[in-house]
Amino acid sequence: MEEEVRLMKGNEAIAHAAIRYGADGYFGYPITPQSEVLETLAELRPWETTGMVVLQAESEVAAINMVYGGASTGKAVMTSSSSPGVSLKQEGISYLAASELPALIVNVMRGGPGLGTIQPSQADYFQATKGGGHGDYHLIILSPATVQEMTDFVALGFDLAFKYRTPAMILADGIVGQMMEKVVLPPQRPRRTEEELRAQCPWAACGKGDRKNRNVVTSLEMDSTKMEQNNLRFQETYRLIEENEVRCQEYYTDDAEYLIVAFGTVARICLKAIEEAREKGIKVGLLRPITLWPFPKKNIGKLSKQVKGILTVELNAGQMVEDVQLAAECRVPVHHFGRMGGMIPNPTEILEALVTKLSIAQ
Amino acid sequence: MKEEILIAGFGGQGVLSMGKILAYAGLMDNLEVTWMPSYGPEQRGGTANVTVILSDTAISSPVLDTFDTVVALNQQSLDKFENKVKAGGTLIYDPSGIHHLPTRTDISVVPVDAMQASIELKNSKTYNMILLGALLKLRPIVGTDAVLRGLKKTLPERHHHLLPLNEQALLKGMSLV
Repeated sequence: MEEEVRLMKGNEAIAHAAIRYGADGYFGYPITPQSEVLETLAELRPWETTGMVVLQAESEVAAINMVYGGASTGKAVMTSSSSPGVSLKQEGISYLAASELPALIVNVMRGGPGLGTIQPSQADYFQATKGGGHGDYHLIILSPATVQEMTDFVALGFDLAFKYRTPAMILADGIVGQMMEKVVLPPQRPRRTEEELRAQCPWAACGKGDRKNRNVVTSLEMDSTKMEQNNLRFQETYRLIEENEVRCQEYYTDDAEYLIVAFGTVARICLKAIEEAREKGIKVGLLRPITLWPFPKKNIGKLSKQVKGILTVELNAGQMVEDVQLAAECRVPVHHFGRMGGMIPNPTEILEALVTKLSIAQ
Repeated sequence: MKEEILIAGFGGQGVLSMGKILAYAGLMDNLEVTWMPSYGPEQRGGTANVTVILSDTAISSPVLDTFDTVVALNQQSLDKFENKVKAGGTLIYDPSGIHHLPTRTDISVVPVDAMQASIELKNSKTYNMILLGALLKLRPIVGTDAVLRGLKKTLPERHHHLLPLNEQALLKGMSLV
């Protein structure tokens, strides 16, 4: 398959991108608003072309443990779900992190807590960026704002996961999952051969071969001195990720006197609000974190020395605002504006919140 | 060029499909496109709506509170979205089943009796294509050839014999305004 321009939903784009990346397996269980990922994969039947396995598991828990199994053998495997389903996967995700396994997890967030609503949300920010499961670990969290990024972050997520041997997550909101946009699909990459896999993943449990000992993949270590060493190694990986993999995008920040920080689709709604604000002479800029972990602390820290106040806009009760406050180190007031339960703010509401919460004189 | 459109009506009236065909036509004409549906249980009945944006530059927000053009296909949608049309914009509505008419005078209000026209075409499924024809006559944002090319691309081949009927419906819609 060559590069191709298509019109499709973000969820469909994830499925196409996974096949074209040369992923080895997808294990999932349907849940709105991300069911199109599994549906599209089933429709495209990649097992007949690239040999990619697509399997509807009996539950979210089964799916993440199939990912654990596949990842242990060095295969590029993934799962996707939406908020309540991702909660179910947390034990498996913690095990993946502790076993230093690469994997891609997609969460197309819906409103919570509980079974909540099927409408869009960003209320899983804490769960995604602060661990989610038990123990000291982080996932690399990518936050797409366009259907193109839904596509591109599949390859990026897998590449980063393999580079650092840690799971990566695409943390999308229901809007970008359900919305259709123009997208450029990358050309088909071949799946890795067994030889390539053995060379690239010397840790993988894929048969002893000519190795002296079998590889054992486990998260269990009964000797505390060794378990502490494991933890120190994980932390060193996280330090390297924080040093090298921060990604964010700035808009209108050169002359900004105020700053909005927002991620995912909400950042685009904010951009429209900012365009309206600038027409009224309010000099406001936008910082959109692309990686929510590692968080763009330095970029926000730097801007906090330039602006008079910061507003975060989120589809939650105020989660990323805490990271922005830490990054701003109390230099300027940092406020939050959010809608919850599946409600989406419009540009006018955001502009009103900006003016009110940051006390901007007009 | 940038056109921000909302189409709203009952689930089953072809609201989302109409938006999709318009979005595909935009793609055919090399425009930037977003298609943002309400994706609740509306598709099984109740009210459904879709926001379609066509632009020759990058599109920021896919979520809007005002629109250049609104197509309202039932009373609830008309009541809810009449005041969401930008001043100078266009409001298209189907008068069948409408009891309270739109009152705004700063926009152009166009009734299109697509229900009646679809009966004349002897196929109620042409309903949304008739409305799309009317919309494109009033707001020629994409060409009819782009619509037909988009339709050809999205329709499974077993339905391709319906393409001439769709073209007829599009032209019928154009003749109504």
